[in-house]
Formats: sequence, structure tokens, C-alpha cells
Amino acid sequence: MSEHWRIAVDREACLGSGVCAATAPGHFRLDDGRSRPVEDDVEADDIVLDVADMCPAEAITVHDAAGNRLAPDSDIGPRTA
Amino acid sequence: MADPTTVRSYPFGPIHALEIDPTYFWLQDHEPLARVKLPYGEEGWLLTRYDDVRTALGDPRFSLAQATVRDVPRLTPQRYGGILTDQDPPDHTRLRRLVAKAFTARRVEQLRDRAERITDELLDEMVKGGQPADLAQALAVPLPGLMVCELIGVPYADRDQFRDWVGAWMSVTALSPEQRGDYIGRLAGYVATLAEQRRQTPTDDLLGALVTAQEEDDRLTAEEVVQLTLVILAAGYESTASQIVNFTYALLTHPDQLALLRSRPDLMPGAVEELMRWVPLLAAADVLPRYALVDVELSGGTVPAGEPVLLAKHAANRDPRRYEDPDRLDLTRDAQGELGFGHGAHHCLGAPLARLDIQTALTALLARFPELRLAVPEDRIKWKSGMAVRGPVALPVAW
Repeated sequence: MSEHWRIAVDREACLGSGVCAATAPGHFRLDDGRSRPVEDDVEADDIVLDVADMCPAEAITVHDAAGNRLAPDSDIGPRTA
Repeated sequence: MADPTTVRSYPFGPIHALEIDPTYFWLQDHEPLARVKLPYGEEGWLLTRYDDVRTALGDPRFSLAQATVRDVPRLTPQRYGGILTDQDPPDHTRLRRLVAKAFTARRVEQLRDRAERITDELLDEMVKGGQPADLAQALAVPLPGLMVCELIGVPYADRDQFRDWVGAWMSVTALSPEQRGDYIGRLAGYVATLAEQRRQTPTDDLLGALVTAQEEDDRLTAEEVVQLTLVILAAGYESTASQIVNFTYALLTHPDQLALLRSRPDLMPGAVEELMRWVPLLAAADVLPRYALVDVELSGGTVPAGEPVLLAKHAANRDPRRYEDPDRLDLTRDAQGELGFGHGAHHCLGAPLARLDIQTALTALLARFPELRLAVPEDRIKWKSGMAVRGPVALPVAW
């Protein structure tokens, strides 16, 4: 059986940029100007990790079945003091 | 399908200050898919309604990559575009993800103290120079330039030179293509040198992070590192600088809104969104036309597969179908969803930084200068021409 992940969107933090829905239309849609996962529980798919990393509001999180956070990933980009 | 027999020459005419040509609003009502011909390239469809423009920006059925193989409708002999904006998802996603990590709202928020300090220093200098002062040169141009240099890691000593190169790059008609190409070449060479230094001595800035991504994980080529940096620089300078001047001008010419914002500084974040909506930054439609990959049904008709659309974001932001009383600048309005930063996969990477720069600049201006005003009559202000973005050449203010 394939691995399952859990997607969550913080609708308060969401700025409605539409980056997620345009990049992964199968997984995100805009509802009243803000993002929602199409399904909370999805089969593992790297595109949702990419999208969580790309969200300008960092409003998207992805966890594995054991509850470990997979994205956003914090090892890319400059560290700011 | 819209009637393709009427082809309008575009842009419609000279622009004046922050006014929007009434033709756009006529088209919204009567010809929401308008056939247009620009000085260069094939004919296209001009979109003016909010819903249509937003769809063309965010819907994967519209492509930017197609523009690389087509005779794109454009204002200049050479077309706009480059890394990131020449790609569609999923190709676009790899690069966008790497750079996006530097531009999250949280990370930019960590630069707020720095922005406030730079702003204070610039305003100290302005006061020292005496009245009247040009707000553009005193604050609006240097602030975003310094902030983007801060983020990327451009040394202080090189920053003036840098700004000239980037300004030349953003010019639409003020320079010949040869001159423009020469500036871009020098800029690219300089960035490559900075990147090389970071290969020897790693740094914590954005360029350092891009170099690390290239070296350690083989996720970027050296050329991509340079191109990505150039895109960020160009976007970080001229547009934000112009908007700081434009927004200040808009506030000074709307005294009721200025008074409201002075009495309620808590309105600032929403006020900046409303100013983004109300102020037309671009001189014309978006410089990046999109191509329909299949027939796409819009509110005003069908865009046939393979044809380009031009997006009048400034008109869309004033569409009465989306915003009530759209021509009124109302700082208490919920302007969420405005299209100034674009929408979808190519939504402005630097939006959090632009918001930070603008909020910081306006907050400091209002707090420090209770009597801030234009130092010349409104009709004496000279506006840029030949540039992709609008804005006063100079904004003389007194306080």
C-alpha cells in the first residue's frame, strides 16, 4: 500500500496568491479567494511538498502518516540572523 | 467568440499621471475580448474584466512558455521574459521553489527592523537637505534598492552602479536594444563575479543560498544562479520604488484618506493593499502575454487555442463587477484579491518584500511629517515616459 500524507492549509495565513492552485491544481483550489486542499488525505506526491515550500504565506503544511512534518522544508535559502 | 473584425491599435494613447484610459472601461462593458495590435508581434486579445484577467493569470490552460516560440504582442522589438517567466509548471516549479524559500512572508518579516532603520536614516538625510525635497530620490528609490541588495548580498560600494544597470534593464523605450543589452551583459557579469566569490567564501545571503543549492545538490546551474538573481533585482528596484512615490502621491492628493490613515495607523496593511488595487503601476497591459493552450471560455467569449491574451490588470482592479465603486480610493476597503502582484504560479515572488518596503516607508513618512504636502502644484509634476512602470520623475514635497 502506498504512503499517505496529510495536507493542511491555514486559511487565516493564506494570502490567496493562487501559487498552489496553479502549480498543483489536482491538490489545491481557491475557495472564496483562499486556498483549500482538494483532499486532506493524499497519496504521497512530491508536488505537494514543492507547493508547500513555494507558498509565500507558508500557509500549507504536509505531514506523513506518523505525524512528521515533511514540508515546508527549512534547509533551503538564506538563514537570517 | 468575439468579433475579430475590429482590431484596435494598442496602447490606446499617451498615459497621464495615474489616470486609466476610459477605453478600458468601455471595453469591459462592450467588448470584454478585444482584438488588439501592438507595435510589434501578432494580434492578441485584450482582457479587461477582473474574472477574465484572474483566470488568465492562474489557470494552467494559459501558458507563458508558449511566448518563447511565438511572435509575442509587445511594445518593443525585443520581448520581455527570462528565467521563471518563460516557464509553466511543472518545469517552472523546480526553480520557483528554490527562490520562493527566500521570499516567504516570515523570512521577510525578519528584515523589518532593517527596513525601519534604513528608512529612518534616509529620512534623516532628507531633513538635513532641507525643503523642498524630492521624495523619489530621498526615499522611494534608495529604500527598495538597499533592501533587495540586503537580501541578495550586494556590497554597499557597488550599489549605485548596480541601480543604474537595473534601471536601464527595466526601460521599455528609453534606450536602444543595443544599449539595453550592454547594460544587462555588464550586470550579468557582475553577478557572476559575486557568485564566484561565494563559491570561495559561502555567505548567508540569497545569492549565497543559490550558490549552495548549485554546488551541493546540483539543483541549479551557474547560469541559472545569475539569471534568477537578475530577475529578483529587476523586480525589486523599479516597481517598488515607483509604487512608494505613486502611493505617496495618491495619499497627498486624497486628503480625506490621508487624514484617515494618520488617525488610524492600524489601517496601514489594508491601506497598502487598497493602494495596490487603485494605483495603476504598469503603463499598459502586463508585459507578459499568455497563450491559450486549448479553447478557453471566458466571461466575454472564447479565446481560441493557440492565441495570446493581454492582461489589463489595472483595469481589472477597477472592475465594478468585483469592487464596489471601484474608482474610489477607500483605505478601509477589503482589497484582497487585487491583481497588482499577479496571481497563480507566477504571483510576484517579492510581494512580501515589496509590502514591507512600502508599509515601512509610508508609516515613517506619516509619523515623522504631520504636515507632509506636495511642494509644487499637482499639474507641475513630471511623469516618467518610455518606462514599463508609471510614476513621477520626481515628487517634490515639503513638511
